[in-house]
Amino acid sequence: MDWLHEFPVMERQELRDLKKAIDGGFRDFSRAYGEELENFFEPLLQFLVWFEKLLLACPWPIIIFVIAALAWLGSRSWALAIGSSISFLVIGYLGMWDDTMATLAIISVATMVCIAVGIPIGISMARSNRVQSLITPVLDVMQTIPSFVYLIPCVMLLGIGKVPGLLAVCIYALPPLVRLTNLGIRLVDREVLEAADAFGASYRQKLLGVQLPLALPNIFAGINQTIMMSLAMVVIASMIGVKGLGVPVLRAISNQYLALGLMNGLAIVALAIIFDRISQKFGQNIQKHRTSDHDF
Amino acid sequence: MTSDVKIEIKNLYKVFGNNPVAMMELVKSGTSKQELLDEYGHVLGLKNVNIEISARHIQVIMGLSGSGKSTLIRHINRLIEPTAGNVIVDGQDVLAMTRLELQEFRRSKASMVFQRFALLPHRSVADNVAYGLHIQGIKGEEAEKRSQRWIERVGLTGYESHYTSQLSGGMQQRVGLARALATDAEILLMDEPFSALDPLIRKDMQEILLGLQTELQKTIIFITHDLDEALHLGNSIAILRDGEVIQIGTAQQIVMDPADDYIKDFIKDINRGRVIQVSSIMNTTVSNTGPQIEGDTVLEDALQAISNSGSGVGTVTKDGKAIGSVNLDTIISALSRQI
Repeated sequence: MDWLHEFPVMERQELRDLKKAIDGGFRDFSRAYGEELENFFEPLLQFLVWFEKLLLACPWPIIIFVIAALAWLGSRSWALAIGSSISFLVIGYLGMWDDTMATLAIISVATMVCIAVGIPIGISMARSNRVQSLITPVLDVMQTIPSFVYLIPCVMLLGIGKVPGLLAVCIYALPPLVRLTNLGIRLVDREVLEAADAFGASYRQKLLGVQLPLALPNIFAGINQTIMMSLAMVVIASMIGVKGLGVPVLRAISNQYLALGLMNGLAIVALAIIFDRISQKFGQNIQKHRTSDHDF
Repeated sequence: MTSDVKIEIKNLYKVFGNNPVAMMELVKSGTSKQELLDEYGHVLGLKNVNIEISARHIQVIMGLSGSGKSTLIRHINRLIEPTAGNVIVDGQDVLAMTRLELQEFRRSKASMVFQRFALLPHRSVADNVAYGLHIQGIKGEEAEKRSQRWIERVGLTGYESHYTSQLSGGMQQRVGLARALATDAEILLMDEPFSALDPLIRKDMQEILLGLQTELQKTIIFITHDLDEALHLGNSIAILRDGEVIQIGTAQQIVMDPADDYIKDFIKDINRGRVIQVSSIMNTTVSNTGPQIEGDTVLEDALQAISNSGSGVGTVTKDGKAIGSVNLDTIISALSRQI
């Protein structure tokens, strides 16, 4: 009855060969296509570098003014605008301005990439049940696989640097936006869609005139989640060469610098709270027409 | 009113389920709706429906819930594809249209009003009314001018910039009506448009519709489960049960000559005095005594006229010519005849 206690394991040699084969296959792949992939992502890198330089070159009062203006436009709340300005002043005063700008650059670009990629994927999922059943497990993997695991192939392919870091952030931050875009479109009232059909709306007219506008609150919830999750990835991304608030945190961990870690960590939290409130309030404002009470 | 045929529904069948075409043989050989559901897991939506709808008439389609009336109306603009049969509008087979032809048909020829309004919550009243025009590519001032006319016509002036969720149910359905009218389509499909409204508002909307109809002369297909509404609005009424048409006729024909016990049961509770017209019960011998009563006068009013005159008899006229007579006894027995 030994076999009951002894789990049937693959031969050691075979297992080693299997792993070797996978590693070798991937290494060949990265040798063959690594450069092409790098070229493919080159414009993205250029944009990221340009954006980061822009933020750093910009005088600090202008940045603070822009942040406050965004906060007010998004939320129509003076408290939030003033609060975000004060947070940025404190961050700058404590010597974290440049790192904060670098982090701002990467989360902004990551959010843009996620919107550009995630919303079309979400739309295609909403359009067909088959696409949905194909993409859902991929999203599950993206959300649950430990980030370190996909950092390995990212680094093997693209080396250490901004682009693999950006990819790692996007892989983690993309799924909620895709899911919520899909959900938002699927939740659109079927009767309203039928009315659009009855008036002879084309597929495009239905998508742009009815489905997307009505799904917008959900899509904004998705963008909010994307921003939050990309901020959460800042420290991990700094391990593969992304500059920003993650770098000092990492240094603090390895050297047990409590104050350094705390300050930079709290700066990340401040960014998260500011952007969470702005995007949430904005999402709520655009669905005002739904919640307004009857006038009479 | 001339009565040239505008819409012709011929041998229309609809079976819902995984393999509806295979069920057609069973349905045609007389399998009942219940049997089809229990034995084969398919739902019989419509069974051999044949209706000719005259231009510029209000054709009411009446039935209880589950009778297939909403399914039927959606075949006319092909929101639902039939399992078998034809829908001919102005001599053109709707089911043979390509996707683009169908789109054009829906844009310009047949517009629709929905039971639960189906308005766009993110657009203002004005933009909702102009929706059909926007779909056609008519934008800006032109669309605004054309929709404004209908906003005024249904009595929503001053609410143009409101969101629809800020309006009461009755006002929302006025938006729905204006939206359907704004495209100038000749055919108006109305799927229980007033069922979600409370009785007073419903009465109001019925009068608005009748007022518009005398002016616009559209071909209207009107779905309802309310017999009073059907008798009040319909130039012709088709009664549907379990997906089958069991009687088509004018209000008079249905009340005076119900096709079967199901319809008898239906009309049991209506106010006969306000529905039956004197011409339906008159004696065709002209006596020329008593007050003159128009043939389309309802019994309630005729009763009043005759009893006021004290003669006990009235002369029924049509276009000023005497065509028959009616006396109190006939009217009373028509009123009280319990079927």
